[in-house]
Order: sequence, then structure tokens, then C-alpha cells
Amino acid sequence: MTLLSFDWAFIIEKLIMIAIIVFASLGIALYTTFGERKVAAILQDRPGPSRAGPFGLLQPLADGLKLISKEEIIPSHANKWLFILGPGLAMTASLMTCAVIPWSTAVDVFGRHVELQVADVNIGLLYVFAVVSMGVYGIMIGGWASNNKFSLMSALRAASQAISYELAMGLALIALLMTTGSLSLKTIVEQQVSGNWWNIVYQPLGFLLFFVAALAECNRTPFDLPEAENELNFGYHQEYSSMKLGFYLFAEYINMIMSSAIMASMYFGGYDLPFFNEASVAPNIAALIGVGTLLIKIVLFIFLFMWIRWTIPRFRYDQLMNLGWKTMIPLALFNLLLTGAVILAKL
Amino acid sequence: MNTLEILFYALSAFAIVSAVMVLISKNPIHSVLWLILVFFAISGHYILLNAQFLAIVNIIVYAGAIMVLFLFVIMLMNVKKDQEPKKQHLVKFIGVIAGGSFLTLLIALVKQTSQLQGKTVLLKEGTIGLIHPLGKALFSDYVVPFEISSVLFLSAMVGAVIIGKK
Repeated sequence: MTLLSFDWAFIIEKLIMIAIIVFASLGIALYTTFGERKVAAILQDRPGPSRAGPFGLLQPLADGLKLISKEEIIPSHANKWLFILGPGLAMTASLMTCAVIPWSTAVDVFGRHVELQVADVNIGLLYVFAVVSMGVYGIMIGGWASNNKFSLMSALRAASQAISYELAMGLALIALLMTTGSLSLKTIVEQQVSGNWWNIVYQPLGFLLFFVAALAECNRTPFDLPEAENELNFGYHQEYSSMKLGFYLFAEYINMIMSSAIMASMYFGGYDLPFFNEASVAPNIAALIGVGTLLIKIVLFIFLFMWIRWTIPRFRYDQLMNLGWKTMIPLALFNLLLTGAVILAKL
Repeated sequence: MNTLEILFYALSAFAIVSAVMVLISKNPIHSVLWLILVFFAISGHYILLNAQFLAIVNIIVYAGAIMVLFLFVIMLMNVKKDQEPKKQHLVKFIGVIAGGSFLTLLIALVKQTSQLQGKTVLLKEGTIGLIHPLGKALFSDYVVPFEISSVLFLSAMVGAVIIGKK
């Protein structure tokens, strides 16, 4: 039958990988919520969640159970379909990023060469950028469909914040692209594995700009203006309850994990373990070490996100816009110019 | 029919249905959301044509930026379906005739163009939509218009920042 003449093993391999990555991300996100509460507790000199299970380790499961068992409320004047679509879109957009992240070198499974990346597209970086710009729809649609002034205000805030910081993020990415000469994340990581230095050495300012923009895109403190509870009650998810609220909160943590993975891959060598020759061990073991290295880098970035959240207060809205348009974009343009000049001088 | 053709027809149907929904939705927010789906379907077509770069730029620029601004304006103006002014039957009639003639014209044009006759779309062929050939073409054959338009965009962006500073 010519209709279905594609490689079924390939499809199954990719499906299994997608399932593993999605469930692993969900699992890590679950425990990131726990980590956030523990980090907050340590920074504020209190014990944090400690009752459910040893060291409070079962706390996220209890929280999840609580969220699922709450009553689902759809406000009577809300736009029903869009109200349900909003959290789904937020979750989808945040999970879509993981398609282009290279998790490690290839492994051999029963004689089959398996790349630990869902899709090595030659536009990987732009794909990430496109998914980031999709992320704002979940918030906007949810906020608007709630038919609540505070939700709408918060949604508009989130959207304008995302658009403003996307610009600086894009310009920082272009500077990185000029040094690497490739848009494929796999190629960028491979360059750092085989080259001497990680990209952070060539692009320190670019990384700083990207990191600040990532904080803003994830709606994390000091940029969590859409959730400013003293001004907006609760934010764009004010009317949501039960698992739909859970999706919004979860999407934020998945965004954090994904942006950590992207930053680790682009600027910090991805799965590259420094001072270690991957060729000296069996390929499967090298791949395992690679996954572990990337996960450790991700955890460190997430810790940095949390550290900032529990240390720095929230910006005022005009400060946020000033920082985005009047500081970040000129700095990003300067970085672009500098990178171009260095590349020209090297020729 | 092979897999590519099935994908092609499915995407085309998806694009047309979404485009029709843009027109017949009463709620302007719904129209914008359907339009976003149209852009996704068109990006799917670009990928079938082996133009991944165009596909992703189409999503970033149209679905990611311009449509967000559309949503923004509609949400801020708070347009509702019951506030929409009722159009007169005469206006509707004139609209149908004008649109219908334009459609006939377009179909006649496409049918008569000899380059398009008896041809089907070339799927998964050509490399001009990939980033390397496209970059080479833009920076060698079309370098002057490309640079002028990028300076224009950059000055528009700097202008926005300057206006914001006042």
C-alpha cells in the first residue's frame, strides 16, 4: 500500500521520545513547584512544606490532588469555548519548545541509531522564537474570555510586556547567530562541545539580555506584572478554578524549564560536560552523562530564577517598559554592532 | 495519492474552512483566532514546499506579532456583536456583486495563465526557501533593496524608542 509507505519505526521512535519528554517535563515541573516553595522557605528562614511525606516530598502530589478535586467554575458571562481554550493553549505553547532541544548525543537502542532530539530542524532557534511569541495567546484569550476587567487588564499587560521583550530577545539571538553561523540548536551545541569555549565567553552581554528577556517572557519576578495581586487582585487567571488554574500555573513552570534548557544549550554548552572526553566511554554512557549534565544545568538555572524571585521586588509598570525599550533594545543593538565589528576584525 | 498529497489537500481544506470562518464569525475575536489558524495552515504549505524559513517567519511575524496587535485593538475597543451596526440590504447586495466579480476575475486569470495550466504544485522540491540559499540570494542578488528595507525597519524601531523617550 503506497498510501502508508513511511518508516513506521521512525514514527514510533519519535512518538516514544515525545511521550518521555512531555511526561518528564510535567514531572520536573511538578517538583519545581515544590522546589520553589522550599527555596522561598530557605531564603526567608523558615522550614517550608514539611508534613506530606519525608521532607514534604509528597507535597506537590497533594497540591495536584487538591487542584483536581476543586469545583470547576465557568463564569456565566464568560465566553465558554475561549475560556476553556486559554489554559490549553498556554500549556501547549510551553510544551512545544522541547521539540528542538538536543538532550544528548545519539544512543544505540538494539542496533538502532537514535538521536536524543525530537526534530533537528535547520531553523531551530527561530522555531523557539515562534513558540515564545505564541505563548502570549493563552494568556490573552483566557484573560479576555473571563469577562472580568482585572483579567483583561492583566492580559493586556502580559501581551504588551511579551511583545516589548521579544524584540530585545530577538536581537540578542541575532548576535549569537552571527557567531555560530547556524540556526540549528544541535549544531550550536556540537560547536561548543568540539570548540574550546562555550558561547557565554563570546556573548556575555547577549546572554544577560536574553536572560532578562526570558525572565520577562516567563512572567517571573521582577517582571510578574500580569500577576500583581495588589493592583489586579490575582491576574489573568482570576476567574479560573480547579485544573484550568492548575494548567496556567503549571505552564509557567514548564516555561521556566524550557527557557533554562534553551539558555543552557545556546550559551552554556548544552549537554557538554567540561574537561571530559565523551569519546573515552561507550556512546550510550556518554549520552547518559550528557543528559545528566544538561539536567544539572537546567536545575541551576531554575534555582537562579527562584533566587531572583524571592530576592528582588516587582517593578512598576512604567519601569518595566522603560527597561525594555530604552535600555535593553539599545544595549542589544550595541551588542549586535560589537559582534559584527569583532567578526569583521577577525576576517 | 501519497502522503504528501494527502497532507496538501488536508491543509488546503483547513485553510479554506478557517478563512470562511473568519468571514462568517459574528464575534471579531473569533475572526482573529480563525485568521491565526489560516496562517498556520499557510505555514504548513510552506513546509510542504520545503521552505522552512518562510514558514517559521510567517508564524513569527503574522501569527505572533501582527495578530497579537489585532487582538489588542479589538479587546481594548471591546467590540461586541450586538453593537455592530446593521447593514442595509442594498449595501449587502452591492458587496456580493463586487466580491463575486472579483472572484470570477481571479479564477479566469488563473485559468488563462499558460504557466499554470496542467501543472500541479511541486512538493518537497527546491531549496530556495531554506535559510542558506535564501540568505545567499538576499545578500548577493538583492543586496541593495534588502539593505535599504532593513535600514527602514531599524529606523522605524529607533524612532519608536525615541518617541517613547519624550
